[in-house]
Amino acid sequence: MATTPNKIVAGQDSQQGFVYLPLIAGWLVPGAGHFLLRKWGRGSLIAISILGMFVLGLLMQGKLYTGAQDILDMLGLVGDLGNGLLFVVSRILGLGADQVQVTTGDYGTKFIVVAGLLNVIAAVDAHNLRTGRKPE
Amino acid sequence: MIRPSHFMAVLLFAVFASIVFGITQRETPRRMIRYGLYCFALFVGSAILLSWVMFLIAR
Repeated sequence: MATTPNKIVAGQDSQQGFVYLPLIAGWLVPGAGHFLLRKWGRGSLIAISILGMFVLGLLMQGKLYTGAQDILDMLGLVGDLGNGLLFVVSRILGLGADQVQVTTGDYGTKFIVVAGLLNVIAAVDAHNLRTGRKPE
Repeated sequence: MIRPSHFMAVLLFAVFASIVFGITQRETPRRMIRYGLYCFALFVGSAILLSWVMFLIAR
């Protein structure tokens, strides 16, 4: 009986503030959603993994999708947009190949797209931790 | 610019994807590690298996 009020208080604490902040922060900066929830280890591993995949993709001369000429380009662009600010900054700096000219460039393009998709998964995980849907 | 071999690209992909899968799809650290290793084995194992299948089909 004594634990019931504590549970209610804990539940109220977990609902305070902007619930979608870890989701948005995690999307914009890989791992930031988990950092906001003080999950330093998980956030670091996620940041290293996604940043590593993205940078390796660029180093392999992977392509950053810029527009949607057909359905495959559209899907690629959606995947790239999952990288959040990494994609925006890379586009501003003109990184990434315009066209895939070497075999590794094709691998690199996929690395960049998958990094974006993994980043979305990680951001949703941070949101689930924030709302209590996933136990900590 | 780097030019990894196909297998090295598979290994790098599997390592990074397995880490994120492990952290996001399981709840306790022990289960995260086990699931991450399981995903890594499936990524690499399926790549090797499919490579052999394609090699045999191409002959």
